[in-house]
Amino acid sequence: MKLSEKELEIIEVLEKDARTPIDVLAKMIDLPVEETEALVKKLEEAKVIVQYTALIDWRKADGREGVTAMIDVKVTPKRGVGFDEVAERIYRFPEVKSVYLMSGAYDLSVVIEGRSMAEIAQFVSEKLSTLDSVISTTTHFILKKYKHDGIVFDQGDQDRRIVVSP
Amino acid sequence: MKPQTRKTYVSKTVAGLKPSGIRRFFDLASTMDGVISLGVGEPDFVTSWSIREASILSLEQGYTSYTPNAGLLELRQEIAAYLRRKFHVDYCPETEILVTVGASQAIDLALRAIINPGDEVIIVEPSFVAYEPLVVLAGGKPVAVCTSGEDKFQLNPAHLERAITERTKAVIICSPNNPTGTVQSRTELEAIARLAEAHDLLVIADEIYAELTYEGEYTSMAAVSGMRERTILISGFSKGFAMTGWRLGFAAAPDEILQAMLKIHQYAMMCAPTMAQYGALEALRSGERDVAEMRNSYRRRRNYFVASLNEIGLPCHLPGGAFYAFPSIKPTGLTSEQFAERLLIEEKVAVVPGNVFGQSGEGYIRCSYASSLEQLQEAIKRMKRFLARL
Repeated sequence: MKLSEKELEIIEVLEKDARTPIDVLAKMIDLPVEETEALVKKLEEAKVIVQYTALIDWRKADGREGVTAMIDVKVTPKRGVGFDEVAERIYRFPEVKSVYLMSGAYDLSVVIEGRSMAEIAQFVSEKLSTLDSVISTTTHFILKKYKHDGIVFDQGDQDRRIVVSP
Repeated sequence: MKPQTRKTYVSKTVAGLKPSGIRRFFDLASTMDGVISLGVGEPDFVTSWSIREASILSLEQGYTSYTPNAGLLELRQEIAAYLRRKFHVDYCPETEILVTVGASQAIDLALRAIINPGDEVIIVEPSFVAYEPLVVLAGGKPVAVCTSGEDKFQLNPAHLERAITERTKAVIICSPNNPTGTVQSRTELEAIARLAEAHDLLVIADEIYAELTYEGEYTSMAAVSGMRERTILISGFSKGFAMTGWRLGFAAAPDEILQAMLKIHQYAMMCAPTMAQYGALEALRSGERDVAEMRNSYRRRRNYFVASLNEIGLPCHLPGGAFYAFPSIKPTGLTSEQFAERLLIEEKVAVVPGNVFGQSGEGYIRCSYASSLEQLQEAIKRMKRFLARL
């Protein structure tokens, strides 16, 4: 879908801050509010803007930190269908947050979130490895998130500039 | 022991320089907590990591000695290529480009290299605070030509012509301008060029904000026909590449003038910081995309901020470049200093009163939009509140 310059600006701004108020957005892209609203709606309907979410640092919620695992899955692609069907069978599980088809040593990269390592290990052995087309899985647990989707956790946004300068 | 017989040891020239009006507000604002400062004349971006990395690498590898006076040859070559690519001007890296300690030093060198005692230098106001003092320190006489808000601070060539005398040596043009953000169009530059040719003047073109131009392509003074031989092009890395603290700038000028500037630089400075030069080299090689991103970010904030200023009742023209908005506070009936001081004390928003940049800045304030969108929104909220109470 060929996006206009203004539409590109909208998605660039909203990707950084989904909560940008519509009147602020309108001023930034130099369009009237109604037109801006209409463009945003158009982008939402076309599923260019898929969803608005909040990036949460779960480490700060005691008892709810959870565990994330990234799993490399080797698969025998089904004749005539390829990887799509296996991928769908995997991503249907709500615990599965992401499924990507990858180039390289393995086929699918699967991201799973659970309450504990044991819970994830159970999911992998009972639900994932047992799938027909899955040949092997290698599970990596995320120990610490430094940066996620362009946001660095735990970095003070210090403005170190001197207060007034020429 | 000889008793102190002089009243002061300080030179008359220096004693006669006006203290910076900015200083007063800095002193006031830095004692307060929770101030949103729109008085900052530098980007709110940290220099990109790849530039910092290149500089750090040069330190790790031990490049800590002097570079050639004029700057690393590779850097001068990259600067020449950059000027050709971006602004369509050609300079010889060996003899016509000088790497300086910030564009500020380049301006100082330019003035000292060309001024004979009593020469007049025309300064277009509202102007950057350093021009007038530097002209005086170089032994010259500053002559102000005013621009006005009604003309969106574009220079009227007729006003310029009226200010030229037989003692006029040069004109300083800053485009995009600090504090007004005005970009002189090609037509204006050509008119200035005709006057410069007619009266055999030099133009010191301070183009430090050239990368931060938001509409159309930037025209460099040196690219205007006939002007290359009488323009001292000054720019640097501070604003476009967010390298203010690195102190790295450059001048490009015809051989005779550049060599004169080099002569002073050799004695007074030796060379610009070596590690900063390596950073600048990386900036020119790989920094283009980062600059484009920063430019986009400034442009959107400009759009938001200027629209908001007009909305709350402070008429403001849309600046074509830099990161300053220069709204009029005339509707309030206060002077620039009164407005700025009260806004700071009552609402903790720091702006710079326009008169600090020359008499034609009276009735205006300079607001930098090089701050996060959240800060700008909050500042607008507080300014709206302040205006409602007047």
